[in-house]
Amino acid sequence: MNRFAELLDRLAYEPGRNNKLRLITGYFREVGDPDRGYALAALTGALSFKHAKPGLIRDLIAARADPVLFGLSYDYVGDLSETVALMWPKAALAAHNNPPPPTLTEVVTTLRTLGKTEMPAQLARWLDELDETGRWALLKLVTGAMRIGISARLAKTAAAALGDKDPHDIELIWPGLSPPYLDLFAWLEGRGEKPVNRDPAPFRPVMLAHAIEEGDFAALDPADYIAEWKWDGIRVQAVAGRDDRGHITARLYSRTGEDITGSFPDLVPSLHLPGAIDGELLILREGRVQSFNVLQQRLNRKVVSPKLIKEFPIHLRAYDLLGDDENDLRELPFAERRERLETFVAKLDDARIDLSPTVPFASWDALTAARANPASAGAGEDADAIEGVMLKRRDAPYLPGRPKGQWWKWKRDPHIIDAVLMYAQRGHGKRSSYYSDYTFGVWTETENGEELVPVGKAYFGFTDEELLQIDRFVRRNTTEKFGPVRHVVHEGDKGLVLEVAFEGLQRSPRHKSGVAMRFPRISRLRWDKPPREADRLETLERMLKAEPEEIEI
Amino acid sequence: MRGSRPHQVVSAACTSPGRRSLAETASPRMTAQFGAARSYITHMRPQDILLPTAAGLCCKPGAFHIDPVRPVERAVITHGHSDHARAGHGAVLATQETLDMMRLRYGENFAGSTQAIRYGEEIRLGDVTVKFHPAGHVLGSAQVAVTAKDTCVVASGDYKDAPDPTCTPFELVPCDVFITEATFGLPVFRHGDASDEVKKLLASVALFPERAHLVGAYSLGKAQRVIALLRAAGYDAPIYLHGAMETITHYYQSRGIELGELRPAKGVKKAALAGTITLAPPSATSDLWTRRFPDPVTAFASGWMRVRARARQRGVELPLVISDHADWDGLTATIAATGAGEIWVTHGQEDALVHWCQSKGLKARPLDLVGYGDEEESETPIQGEAEA
Ligand SMILES: [Zn+2]
Repeated sequence: MNRFAELLDRLAYEPGRNNKLRLITGYFREVGDPDRGYALAALTGALSFKHAKPGLIRDLIAARADPVLFGLSYDYVGDLSETVALMWPKAALAAHNNPPPPTLTEVVTTLRTLGKTEMPAQLARWLDELDETGRWALLKLVTGAMRIGISARLAKTAAAALGDKDPHDIELIWPGLSPPYLDLFAWLEGRGEKPVNRDPAPFRPVMLAHAIEEGDFAALDPADYIAEWKWDGIRVQAVAGRDDRGHITARLYSRTGEDITGSFPDLVPSLHLPGAIDGELLILREGRVQSFNVLQQRLNRKVVSPKLIKEFPIHLRAYDLLGDDENDLRELPFAERRERLETFVAKLDDARIDLSPTVPFASWDALTAARANPASAGAGEDADAIEGVMLKRRDAPYLPGRPKGQWWKWKRDPHIIDAVLMYAQRGHGKRSSYYSDYTFGVWTETENGEELVPVGKAYFGFTDEELLQIDRFVRRNTTEKFGPVRHVVHEGDKGLVLEVAFEGLQRSPRHKSGVAMRFPRISRLRWDKPPREADRLETLERMLKAEPEEIEI
Repeated sequence: MRGSRPHQVVSAACTSPGRRSLAETASPRMTAQFGAARSYITHMRPQDILLPTAAGLCCKPGAFHIDPVRPVERAVITHGHSDHARAGHGAVLATQETLDMMRLRYGENFAGSTQAIRYGEEIRLGDVTVKFHPAGHVLGSAQVAVTAKDTCVVASGDYKDAPDPTCTPFELVPCDVFITEATFGLPVFRHGDASDEVKKLLASVALFPERAHLVGAYSLGKAQRVIALLRAAGYDAPIYLHGAMETITHYYQSRGIELGELRPAKGVKKAALAGTITLAPPSATSDLWTRRFPDPVTAFASGWMRVRARARQRGVELPLVISDHADWDGLTATIAATGAGEIWVTHGQEDALVHWCQSKGLKARPLDLVGYGDEEESETPIQGEAEA
């Protein structure tokens, strides 16, 4: 556990992707089975056990420390787990009689079966045995608050490097693997066969688009591209496959690979043919696409009631086909996949699944006109649910990540960006008990690597229901407190993306980012979007260039 | 011992036992100002011996200040850090090392006169006696015991009870009143074994042989301790120094502290710095200066590195918890061991330490002294070595 904690500690400070990889690969090389397997599980978010409540940690320290000293320390450190880890008193045992600190395996396997009443004593024992960093990692782990700041993809890439394998290969077999991944490591180290993915409906890493800018068009030939609408819903991957007995298993994945099938059971029967569709989840009522706000009623629900299903009928609009029965189509050019998709959707013949139409155009001018007025370019009454257009190279294979020059997104409203919530402050008047003033930021490359830089503050635009949700999020994800201001977790994988709408942009030397927004407001909460995919400062700078010069008063 | 000190005003200090120079100059003033009050000194209260004033801790019956932050006529200096040892005083009493460091930092004319005192040496100043004891903080650092009648007050300056190969170990001084620092006066600050932190650094150097490792460390004390720890861990490659480190580090070597082969980082080709370790002042590890290093790993050796938010704030990639101040366990153990019934707490987290003392039945109060900070944040470059 101490060694794993040391890795986490080091990763938390290391900004460079390649260096993070080296640290993780180094750990896999140095640490044996099964500890490294559980580490891989922790890094990829594949561990599951009942988490301990912060109250339990407070009780443990209250029994061992002066409350005034604890209060002063907690104020200073700003993080419960870290405070307790640092001030946990040294165990008063004879040096020769100390039990060895627990291994990661011991911690993980014990936590899986530990009863609620046994938790405090077990935790105290471990805390006595671990060092400061080990205690910190343990407390983060048991409270479910471990923020590692690396993606599951990165951890798998680091594992692949152990055996000089393509990370993509691991991705393909991953859904069939489970901690502590003995077969995976055996294969990576050349001691065993490649594990077979027995999951009939695995997730495939998603392909993403770059935001297109005015200047990009000059270099692009319209004939190379197919355009389609960018629907204002939730990007998903709908996968169906046959298990050993020939039965169909269907799953719905978010763009990050999270299994969200449970939230949309009404779509499962429609996925009755083996295949993998890349598409958009929408709510359709009488054939018309409803706004994102309507779709949002179906998100983050614990219970999906028949009433909810009836009032918010789910629909899948298909963009792409990644697999057809046993065949992996991802190497094929997009134009060919699109043809296969058309056939596949026709064969499905299901009212809940349809094709996203392409937008015919002969020149960029024609596409500009279509984007400006989707209603007259084929979208008809659904035009309000269109966010913009997507441009996809006819010959582009389906590549994971955001490969250059293959897919472009061209949003309709230039005055909307996706930003990440960074700080929250209590509001005034009747909002004074809520965190309702939000500072948000966008990504930029600094000498410390990728960082979020604050670009504005907003305190309206959201509904009362949304305010409650953000307030809850802020309270549960505070990393530090400074007076009335809370620092909210904002890392590549953890945090809340806010869609911010604004009236204009100005240069501002007063702001660290160099830009100031006019009239910014929260137009939507993007629970579905990982912060890593929020907009970049360069996007704002380009918008700024497109703005008429304004003088800041 | 270094030779030429042309501007030394108190030449007597070199020939006769030092106790005279400062004491003699103090006496006339003493008599004039405090002579009438002598009769009541038999019942000396601690605050009659030492009193916090705007200029620093003032000893009226001895007519001197300890570590004054403003120019005074007579200053007793505990150690060479710039927040304790300032230029411009009339007469200065300190260890030879502290005086030498002040001279290196401020130039020959840093004080009207100087007088060196050894550990264990006792001198009389006015109505009090002053004795210096090792503080274990940096080379030459001292605790100052001030005794009047039978009351002894120890002003410990900055101190640590942890082992340090570059200075004389901390000595416990039994006393009636103990004045303690509280830089790390919260129970979250427990520094652990510094040699384990150096192992972390060496493991990183082994993992990233193509990168340079920059270790931010205060140039007086911390840098030399880190180098000595690296040597003790068996690292025998040359260690590189930022220009601002050179003077003081060479001074340490001149006092017989073994630091192995040291080279200036200046002028070395970028590629040649791969896999090396360079010591630099903390401020340099975040500026343009770092561009001369291949993909540097930024480390920082400081007790503050115990708290993640502090390390992140500084953009540190490899925090090394190495402190020249006592940690919480060190502070509380020392306070208890002095046997002092009264504790005065200064610079740092006074509240927690005062609370702890009171909960142990000790009389305790915070001293409102201003001007003492964390040396890492108030570093003044050594004179004549601005850029490196
Ligand atoms: Zn100091």
